[in-house]
Amino acid sequence: MKHILTTTMIVLFAISPFISNAQQPDLFAADSTNKTQTKITIATFKNTRLINGHSVETLGAGIMDFRIHHRFGFLNQGLYDFFGLDNATTFLGFDYGITNRLTVGISRSGYLKQMEGFAKYRLLRQSTGKVNMPVSVTFQASVINKTADITSSVTNLKYNSSEKTAYTYQFLIARKLSEGASLQIMPTLVHYNLAPNTTSSNDYYSLGFGGRQKISKRISINAEYYYQFNKIDNTYFNSLAVGVDIETGGHVFQLHFTNSTGMTEPTFIHETTGDWGKGEVHFGFNVSRVFVIKKPKEFRN
Amino acid sequence: MKKIIFIAFVLFTLTASAQKMYQTRTGKIKFYSSTPVENIEAINTQVNSRITDNGQVAFILLIRGFVFKNALMQEHFNENYMDSEKYPKAGFTGMITDLKTIDFTKDGIYKTTVKGDLEIHGVKKNITAPATIEISGGKLSAKSVFKVTITDFGIKGNYIGEKIAKEIELTVDCKYE
Repeated sequence: MKHILTTTMIVLFAISPFISNAQQPDLFAADSTNKTQTKITIATFKNTRLINGHSVETLGAGIMDFRIHHRFGFLNQGLYDFFGLDNATTFLGFDYGITNRLTVGISRSGYLKQMEGFAKYRLLRQSTGKVNMPVSVTFQASVINKTADITSSVTNLKYNSSEKTAYTYQFLIARKLSEGASLQIMPTLVHYNLAPNTTSSNDYYSLGFGGRQKISKRISINAEYYYQFNKIDNTYFNSLAVGVDIETGGHVFQLHFTNSTGMTEPTFIHETTGDWGKGEVHFGFNVSRVFVIKKPKEFRN
Repeated sequence: MKKIIFIAFVLFTLTASAQKMYQTRTGKIKFYSSTPVENIEAINTQVNSRITDNGQVAFILLIRGFVFKNALMQEHFNENYMDSEKYPKAGFTGMITDLKTIDFTKDGIYKTTVKGDLEIHGVKKNITAPATIEISGGKLSAKSVFKVTITDFGIKGNYIGEKIAKEIELTVDCKYE
């Protein structure tokens, strides 16, 4: 009996290294640390702009985005104006990501010769895991100045610079519902330094709705609509835009149809004159090209 | 009799658990893709790795932990190529093939090979990679450079073979405690 036991012991000792060598045990089997991590949702939208307005997306730290936006003339102008393609309004902008959450930008647009500056900050990021956050929230504030000469119809005098300045404040609230679908709402306040006409208010409220649906890894269909709670006057329409985003490596091309001529918040939300019903629709595009200005810390040494 | 069985059992468990484990949570894995059009590089500095002195080797990392120079490229890497939502992790489990040549108690640089399963994008593949293990003052560091063919792991995308090389070079550099 004793003999058998000793033999068993010896055999066990002899084979023990082989037992541990024969299999490839998972050295992390006992770990569950990864489960408690927070997973932040990325790529709710392909670009920092939905179409005319902003999306919740901000640029990565140290990234510059050079933007060219174009709106051609109204489609209903017919063959004489080549369905609007003879006329174009241009917007040139530079955005820069100071941190992963904070983006600032400046732009110039041909429409009313506007200068614009904005800052947007990502307050909340949609996430799952340890921190469960159902939505992403970004706050965006911008200022525009119409440098074009505009004469008052009442006094016949030119407005001064301050009178042609307007501010926009908006919360962008978005949820990525699935890999392909995202929705966004945008409660917005636009303040004009000078009330646009004698009987109207300085402050205008609107609520934007937007969304995207990916149709392939690189292409998505986007839509954006702003409902105005109060209007400057009844000649202005709500802004509606539909388009596609096509992403090709470093570029994002956004092609769309919109009834808005302006490409800054006050001008496209509250100063849209185009009527979709009459074919007063622009074909337009945005091109976004990113450049790395400052490398991430992992690449600095 | 019971006593003997008990001693045998204790001794047996001791032998099995006597292995020394070296580990790190801040290991580095870099990948490099080189084509005439563009060179792409990304670094993950939060690699979880363990090595035992009986030759077991394991790595695990989050795909989302790879940092690119260009944040947009990083997004495309996760969204368009790695499907990191679906396959958040990549890992390796394997063995040092010629364990006898390494003396974990003695300082030195040991060249060896590691064989095991590399899992990327939900696809497991058996690989063999050269490795250099350095023992210095009881601490262990490991380095390895090897290539993988990304299409072997079911990774698809428009630019593979054009802007992205079919074969990607992986560089492992881990310092263990």
